Amino acid sequence: MTTRKQHTARITGVADTAMGELPGSTAMGLHAEATTAALKDAGLTAADIDGVLCGYSMTMPHLMLSSVFCEYYGLRPSFNTAIQAGGATACIMLANAVALVESGACRHVLCVTGDNRLTGMTRDGAVAALASVGHPEFEQPYGMSVPAAYALVAQAYLHQYGISRDELSAISVAARAHAALHPKAYKRDPLSLADVANSRVIASPLRLLDCCLISDGGAAVIVSAADAARDTRKPVRVLGSGQGHTHEHIMAAPSLTDFGCKTSSAMAFDQAGVTAAEIDVAEIYDSFTITLLTELESIGFFEKGEAGKAALAGDISLGGRLPVNTHGGLMSYGHSGAAGGAFHIVEAAHQLRGEADARQVAGAGLAFVHGDGGILSAHCSLVLGQE
Amino acid sequence: MALPLPTPNADSRPYWDAAQQGRLVVQHCAACGTVQAVPRGCCGNCQSPALEWRDSALRGTVASFSVVHRGPTAAFRNSTPYVLALIDVAGGVRLMLNIIGPGPDEVQIGEEVEITFEPRGEAGFQMPQARRITA
Ligand SMILES: [Zn+2]
Repeated sequence: MTTRKQHTARITGVADTAMGELPGSTAMGLHAEATTAALKDAGLTAADIDGVLCGYSMTMPHLMLSSVFCEYYGLRPSFNTAIQAGGATACIMLANAVALVESGACRHVLCVTGDNRLTGMTRDGAVAALASVGHPEFEQPYGMSVPAAYALVAQAYLHQYGISRDELSAISVAARAHAALHPKAYKRDPLSLADVANSRVIASPLRLLDCCLISDGGAAVIVSAADAARDTRKPVRVLGSGQGHTHEHIMAAPSLTDFGCKTSSAMAFDQAGVTAAEIDVAEIYDSFTITLLTELESIGFFEKGEAGKAALAGDISLGGRLPVNTHGGLMSYGHSGAAGGAFHIVEAAHQLRGEADARQVAGAGLAFVHGDGGILSAHCSLVLGQE
Repeated sequence: MALPLPTPNADSRPYWDAAQQGRLVVQHCAACGTVQAVPRGCCGNCQSPALEWRDSALRGTVASFSVVHRGPTAAFRNSTPYVLALIDVAGGVRLMLNIIGPGPDEVQIGEEVEITFEPRGEAGFQMPQARRITA
């Protein structure tokens, strides 16, 4: 791997909306609300934004979502496009925004995403729409849902490493304990290992409480060129980024236990000039318990087969060796489609600025953020640092 | 509600046509020898367009599986529980299939299965499937 020069871009504004069940919300309304809040966070105005990157919406599908949003909000940027990479969308938007400001094409790029996936469509509708990531001829006719596809990964993992039910459940329990400390989190009720183990089977070995939430919500992140960041409120550094893409369909994955996060994180660490061991806090895409377990190991935070034991021992909880998903993640904070992965970025920025209140990781100077889309198909990793 | 049928296209039609005759065919690359499951216009390893269809053995092993209790659509919700599996077919490709037949709760990774064809829908469209080999 050729070492790339460390990034110079800054994250200058972050915000997310209220989370959970938001009757009366719309996809564009959530985009707008998050944008207004992120601009305020940065100390910028709409006129400062010269680049816009949007994701996608399931309740308001459109061929040109970023144009729809710019019209809605009243932006006339010099660069504008939408990015679709499932759960990796937010991190990939940020990586693109970094490239735009570092190339000189833009000074302040708005990355914004949101969806009213909970109240704007039925649960059955959401499950069916998500299942369309399966191959239309070779997977969907066999009844592949997204949980079932991840269950195939989980079953292979359990077969290889023989971990216990509690080791898997510990991932959900740790997320919920963090969410309980976040006033905006969608699910804050206490959760026990037994609750997870006794929840109904969705697709063996995955149970209901191994799966992420479906929520309404939105988030926005503003990325600025280094010099343009000087007059913003509290910038955070982007130090490294990387991507890994090995397949789209799980039947075509080169491995069921190693994924593109290995490559993407190695690239991001290399560019940042840091190692996994130096990371203070990690915000990692957790669509299912198995997703986080696999990623924690593939990325190198834990040995193969050990992340569940570590979770059970409190290693990924606040006060542990590597606090993970300190906002509660997709499992308990909220999951609003492409915005789900953006919540991880927002939380990382809050941690690095020392603004995470009861969830603050003491002395958090380096954060790792990761998004994955599809069935562990598209991966994007980021290393962020304090100014 | 009926289970969905695949809609073959120019890339995949030979695969589904063969299935209607009880044959499982895979694409073999004349340039590099790679065999591939999802039919394409070029080899996914060396990009050569020189692909030939070859008959595959009707046996495989279970690479992974899940007993699905919550289907993605109404048709599949009416069919639960069913076994979704990744099958490593003897010819060298991995397919997603259902494991049909007795003992779905006893399926194990590494277990040998036979590839069979299951009629679906009014016209009896033959879907490749996997069946447990029981003594
Ligand atoms: Zn080839």
